[in-house]
Amino acid sequence: MVRVRWVWVGLFVCAMLAVWKVRARAARPKGPSDPPELKPYVELIPGSDVKFEMLPIPGGTFKMGSPPGELGRSDDEGPQHPVTVHPFWMGKAEVTWDEYDIFAFSQDIYKKQELGVNLATQPDNEKAADALTRPTPPYTDETFGFGRKGHPAINITHHAAVEYCCWLSAKTGKTYRLPTEAEWEYACRAGTETTYFFGDNSAGVGDYAWYMENSGARPHAGGQKKPSPWGLYDILGNLAEWCLDRYDKDFYGTFKPNVPTLLPVLLPGKEKFPHVARGGSWDDKPPRLRSAARRASNEDWIIEDPQRPQSIWWLTDALFVGFRIVRPLEEQDNLKGFRSQVTKYD
Amino acid sequence: MGDETKKERPRASRRDFLKNSAAAVVGGAVASRLGYVPAVHAAGSDMIKIGLIGCGQRGTGAAEDALSSSRGVKLVAMGDAFKDHLDTSLDVLLKSKVADRVDVPADRRFVGFGAFEKVLASDVNYVILATPPGFRAWHLKAAVAAGKNIFAEKPVAVDGSGIRMVLEVCKEAKEKGLAIGVGTQRRHQTGYLETLKRIHDGGIGDIVTVRVYWNQGPIWVHPKEEAWSDMEWQMRNWYYFTWLCGDHIVEQHVHNLDVANWALGAHPARAVGMGGRQVRTDPVYGNIYDHFAIDYEYENGCRMMSMCRQIPGCENSVSEALHGTKGFCQANKYTITGEKSWHFEAKDSLPYVQEHTDLIASIRSGKPYNELQTVAESTLTAIMGRMAAYTGQAVTWDQALNTEEILMPSKLEWGPLAVAPVAMPGKTKLV
Repeated sequence: MVRVRWVWVGLFVCAMLAVWKVRARAARPKGPSDPPELKPYVELIPGSDVKFEMLPIPGGTFKMGSPPGELGRSDDEGPQHPVTVHPFWMGKAEVTWDEYDIFAFSQDIYKKQELGVNLATQPDNEKAADALTRPTPPYTDETFGFGRKGHPAINITHHAAVEYCCWLSAKTGKTYRLPTEAEWEYACRAGTETTYFFGDNSAGVGDYAWYMENSGARPHAGGQKKPSPWGLYDILGNLAEWCLDRYDKDFYGTFKPNVPTLLPVLLPGKEKFPHVARGGSWDDKPPRLRSAARRASNEDWIIEDPQRPQSIWWLTDALFVGFRIVRPLEEQDNLKGFRSQVTKYD
Repeated sequence: MGDETKKERPRASRRDFLKNSAAAVVGGAVASRLGYVPAVHAAGSDMIKIGLIGCGQRGTGAAEDALSSSRGVKLVAMGDAFKDHLDTSLDVLLKSKVADRVDVPADRRFVGFGAFEKVLASDVNYVILATPPGFRAWHLKAAVAAGKNIFAEKPVAVDGSGIRMVLEVCKEAKEKGLAIGVGTQRRHQTGYLETLKRIHDGGIGDIVTVRVYWNQGPIWVHPKEEAWSDMEWQMRNWYYFTWLCGDHIVEQHVHNLDVANWALGAHPARAVGMGGRQVRTDPVYGNIYDHFAIDYEYENGCRMMSMCRQIPGCENSVSEALHGTKGFCQANKYTITGEKSWHFEAKDSLPYVQEHTDLIASIRSGKPYNELQTVAESTLTAIMGRMAAYTGQAVTWDQALNTEEILMPSKLEWGPLAVAPVAMPGKTKLV
């Protein structure tokens, strides 16, 4: 009897897996040029026990921006224009303090010191990672009482997020960086053209997102809400997410309306502001969580830093901003070797 | 947000604060009784001419805040122990959005231990005191003697003898009608003002217990360089020497202790506590501790549990919690829960600018205010806690205030200077 029961359970599980497989394929279509290595994987940050998951995002062409008349729309979301992005992986979740702390507080370097690692004979990539400038220590509780272990990193500058990615790239030998604004919107939309990936009406946003009405005025540990159709957790709400691009409200007007633009990005320069943050946050109403909604950083995000020059690493008033990383399957030429150009005294 | 709201709200709230705070005295009332005309008017112009004493990153920030806080303000003189600090500060200000308000030619830039006297001797009527805290009491004394309005960074002293000096200076400033603002910016932050107003109006009943925290990771440190004398190293690495910093319970945690005293309208009467340096044991960290936990006792029986820590990889919190007979207030979250639940929803003010806006407005209205007394008490609260932890003894308010301890070295000169030993509870004497 017992054996028979297990057979049934086994059959049931196989059936479920088959259904799941079909659904997963339907949800995340394979792009025509997607190579077989574009699969989900788990990255273990070398020298630590901290892991994060990366999900494949197929290459494709989509309509970027929102149509006139979309509820809550701003002018900077238009004109809509076709954009083509190449395949990449995207972090399943927003980057946590567990990940960021290794870089920000030089935990990797201290660990090497404790273990007596010979720094002179390390591999080149480890030397490169060690040589990167780390954030200056903050003057307050950088978690603002919202929790550290398992919680997403908040309130860090665009410069800090970019440099974290450079460090992570050196550590892992892979290219990690912030998503371009185009990649972010493409991944968020998951093939949809509606206001949100679940439809045009914001009802039900609470199933997927922490936002003003359900967040309890705070960000939350990732992965508690339903994921997007492409498996991304908290892509809407919780934390607005840094994109690589400098913000320009007129940027979309520079593209051809009918011919797809390949891999658009507005490269950041020496200016500390404005940069793009996407997806809305725990502190926002639904319109800011729309797939096309753009947000620009500004000086108010660091207005309570009483020092001059102000920190280039820690914001003071952007408890709503975090970030998510991507890894391009093949890096676009204008982003190869990209580094932040922000410096303290400029 | 309209400017009017910004100005109105704190002013209304400050009246309540003054009414409710036992320690506060309205400087303006004294000034008008004596018929004293503040120097800013005596000069025949409404121009606020700022002298910056202490050109580190906070001093530079305070100068920019002051310059952007009001019309008719300019920076005219600067002083610092180090030329490189002063040069960097000036460079940053000249690249800032208030560059057109910076007018500091080479002959009004002063360097060395005596720089503060030269700034005070310049044609300034508003000085920003932003050196390491160890000098503050002396600088306050000199600035009031010179008849200047003052914005002083917190804390205002590092030992009881410094506090006694500050309390004397406070009286003298009131007699002279000088304005003194102190950088406990929470007292100029709309959210805190609205929260504390409700506490004083009985929003949580009587406060029975307070919990305050400044638990964070480590901050900057500067190892000694070959070319530096002992004194130069200690000055550049000032955070780690009690005579310059007061220890982090005084330098930083004073903010949270100040909120507690503000809420209670009183200062503690006694402290028992502990602390030590568990992680920061290397000599580069001078002689300060890396953690404190203090049990404070107020005259009315209220207790305050205080913690501060600068150790990496630990649970952090910078917060103030007030437990009352009829509710609970998380002051830093501007939230009251209980019979009169409430949360501050409006836009917060910019406290670091607002504190200069308020101070300059008080000067121009002929009713200069003086915050020195309350911040001196909050500073002594922190010092009392440090003394309790350093000695392992119970320390009363009077013992902390009347101590014979003077932490400043007998000679301020570039050269050899031994690092005072790290305090050992049970061995370090209470003096």
